Amino acid sequence: MLNKKKLNKRLVLPKAAEAIIRPILFTSALTAVFVIVLIAFFIFQKGWPVISSYGLWNMLSGTVWQPTKEIYGILPMLTGTFYITLIALLIGIPFGLATAIYLSEIAPPRTAGIIRPAIELLAAIPSVIYGLFGIVVINTFMRYLQRGLLSGILPPDYQLGYSVLSGGIVLAIMILPTIINIAEDSLKAVPRAYKEAALALGSTHIQTIFRVLIPAAKSGIVSAIVLAMGRSIGETMALIMVIGNVTALPQHGLLSVFAPSSSLTATIALEMGYAGPQHQAALFAVGIVLFCIIALLNSFVIAFTRRGGQQQL
Amino acid sequence: MIKKAGFITLMLVLTFSLALVGCNSKEPVGNTKEPVGNTKELTGNIKLAGSTSVQPLAEELAMKYMEQHKQVKVDVAGGGSGVGIESAVNGSANIGMASRDLKQAEKDATPTLKTIVIAQDGISVVINPRNSVSNLTLAQIQDIFTGKVTNWKMVGGNDVNITVVNREEGSGTRGAFEEIVLKGAAYTDKAIIQNSTGAIKTAVVADVNAIGYISMGSMSADVKGVQVNGIAPTTDNVVKGTYPISRPFNFLVKGDPNEVTKSFIDWILAEGGQKIVTDQGYISIK
Repeated sequence: MLNKKKLNKRLVLPKAAEAIIRPILFTSALTAVFVIVLIAFFIFQKGWPVISSYGLWNMLSGTVWQPTKEIYGILPMLTGTFYITLIALLIGIPFGLATAIYLSEIAPPRTAGIIRPAIELLAAIPSVIYGLFGIVVINTFMRYLQRGLLSGILPPDYQLGYSVLSGGIVLAIMILPTIINIAEDSLKAVPRAYKEAALALGSTHIQTIFRVLIPAAKSGIVSAIVLAMGRSIGETMALIMVIGNVTALPQHGLLSVFAPSSSLTATIALEMGYAGPQHQAALFAVGIVLFCIIALLNSFVIAFTRRGGQQQL
Repeated sequence: MIKKAGFITLMLVLTFSLALVGCNSKEPVGNTKEPVGNTKELTGNIKLAGSTSVQPLAEELAMKYMEQHKQVKVDVAGGGSGVGIESAVNGSANIGMASRDLKQAEKDATPTLKTIVIAQDGISVVINPRNSVSNLTLAQIQDIFTGKVTNWKMVGGNDVNITVVNREEGSGTRGAFEEIVLKGAAYTDKAIIQNSTGAIKTAVVADVNAIGYISMGSMSADVKGVQVNGIAPTTDNVVKGTYPISRPFNFLVKGDPNEVTKSFIDWILAEGGQKIVTDQGYISIK
């Protein structure tokens, strides 16, 4: 009797549980899609009227941003966002890749045991702390540099400490963990046979790394870079604190790395607090532009990793 | 048609993309607690609209008032001082808010409008304590913030460039400063933008060449408030009317206000309401 009952339970419960668990899992999975649709819907609903009445091109190419006077040119912020991201990538990629290579190929386990937690800690630091660090350390140093050594060649309004370069440096530090972790994983995922074959053919360890492992891990490394790019385009708080939020186009060629700048995210966060209804709609319109940029970047990552995966087969 | 088609395509593309962007939403403040059985409880709605400078203070006052009067709902909307006057006149709000005195023309056009000063607000122009300048004229301050004057030497300081620190678009303090000091001129586009009093102070403390402005209630020892036309930025001087960068926070009502509105205004003008005014960093009318 007892045994039969137990047996019945065993047979029945799993089936019942399965019937319940499946839809739960499915709903959970669906939530992500639902949330994304909801966010897109509300951003577009609020921001689209501004884009359609002001004109997308007028907005993207306008150089004056005075939302309280209904002038919505976002070119300075757009330029600032990409300029700062470019600087961050130029600094962050070499450092990040070098670290990833060192960790996956060269580092003795004990050294890696120190470096890896440090990188994880770097990823866990809130961005406002990076911003404080930027204001106190990087901007002070920049000001010292701009008003000392470079004071002769820089225009006065490029001697403020707040600059594209400060923003780039802060972001470069912030994207390091992303680049290092993903690049290291993809280097480790390269089949062992590749490395063995290269070494057997007589290449040195360094030759193997640069000629065999990195090309083989290419798709992973590219996604690391694009994800880092997405992160730096989306970063807000740290940038607000260090770039000065000046909505003017950077000028004077290469000297413009010393210009104060602004970004799409920073402008939204700065102005949302006191914005009137029309101003708020304009900020949502900026949000639409930002949303599209990030969506494009992510689709690029998906497309690239898919293609890369097929190549490896 | 094309616009609509474009919109739909975009929506579809975005729906299927895996991007995620943070969304910021303000939750409405709602209190659904049971009212305590008071014997004579006021009920009704009060609508306020107008100056975005008065708005934060009015919201704070409304919140505290509603805590004590559970049956009254106070709505505070922005729009600017102009909207405040207009909505008081046409009755779309019980109380219009204005952060400036009414112009003579406005007074003539709306003889039934009553002005009630609920608080005063002074704005200090702040510089780094290591800066040797201690007095500026209103005209000099205007020139600095419009970008006409770019070197401290031109206003009696050292031969160094001025770092102008400004508030963000939409800020009430920025709007007031623009009205009182710039008098219709435009701010320089070279100014660093910071979005809070604290951030302005941080920027001024960090840079010996910096100049910014903050509400007088937020002054502290780490920044130096300059004298304007020789008058020190103190509460006393604002009350006396000698310090030039100050403004009244006005409530405008048309004719005789209804019972709830009158109770709200009286409550603000009484000691408790004025204490909130002081706590929020503004100057009490007492």
